[in-house]
Amino acid sequence: MMHAETAPPGAAAPVFYQTDEEGHHSEGSTMLGFWLYLMSDCLIFATLFATYGVLGRSYAAGPTPKELFDLPGIAVNTAMLLFSSITYGFAMLEMDRDRVKQTQIWLAVTGLFGAAFVFLEIREFVHLFHEGAPPWRSAFLSSFYTLVSTHGLHVSMGILWLIVLMVQVRKHGLIVENKRRLMCLSLFWHFLDLIWIGVFTVVYLMGVLE
Amino acid sequence: MSADVHHAAAAGHGHHDAHSAGGHGTFQSYMTGFVLSVILTVIPFWLVMGNVLDNSLVTTLVILALGGVQMVVHVIYFLHMSTKSEGGWTFMALIFTITLVVIMLAGSVWVMYHLNHNMMPMDAHDVMNNAR
Repeated sequence: MMHAETAPPGAAAPVFYQTDEEGHHSEGSTMLGFWLYLMSDCLIFATLFATYGVLGRSYAAGPTPKELFDLPGIAVNTAMLLFSSITYGFAMLEMDRDRVKQTQIWLAVTGLFGAAFVFLEIREFVHLFHEGAPPWRSAFLSSFYTLVSTHGLHVSMGILWLIVLMVQVRKHGLIVENKRRLMCLSLFWHFLDLIWIGVFTVVYLMGVLE
Repeated sequence: MSADVHHAAAAGHGHHDAHSAGGHGTFQSYMTGFVLSVILTVIPFWLVMGNVLDNSLVTTLVILALGGVQMVVHVIYFLHMSTKSEGGWTFMALIFTITLVVIMLAGSVWVMYHLNHNMMPMDAHDVMNNAR
């Protein structure tokens, strides 16, 4: 509109050509970029897993995983994260149908499952502190807290992001930008569930097996 | 890849929205992923908590394998990865990352295991532990 007004009198309306093909792909490249971020995050977790793999049996005469870990509690934690994954999937399906209210409800349910996960994890850490197993007790515990709390911090940030997006959807509805953001968070959320598979297998189950 | 970009650019914005909205799963695919994940989570917990297999090395290998399978299930059904998404670039990035992760994990554990093994008699803590 501005261009039409500022065109010299008598000149034909300017014609714009799209020469940059990537311009149309802004959403596509956002998803690719976010995927690359997840891959780099994956490397962070891989280094923490490697650290745990190296130090995870160095108890320094302190408590061992078998004495500390409560597998039924971890199973509940795992269930919370898995339920939150499927409810986020339902939110995405409702988003596809442009149903704002249902999307918001499923997002809220996802957030509650995520919050339950973080709550249970904090409770587990408090319990471990009372058991005489703080991070500085042994190399095993240092690497354990670093790995598990990094994951927990990611989930907490995911919940914060989820709340922000729920406010955005409430204010602006399911516009293209919000859909794109929700799809990024979807990748992030499912990715955290994927990392948790590694955590409960390598840290908890294999720890108790030893 | 190139043909896909031309197509999307030519078809305009509206088409692209519809295209990207269809980029994630259906109810069936989410439920398939969920049911598979539940099964692949319950089995390792059952194996460890119920002491089903006497041999802990076998149990370790089995739960590691099940964990690996569940990760693949998540990538396919929840992250909707395929070799074709984003013209294959996400898949390339995934393969590259997996390669790095495997080198990092296997290399660290391998090298440090041998280091620990060779340093064992020199470690004051281990001497104390052995003396107990």
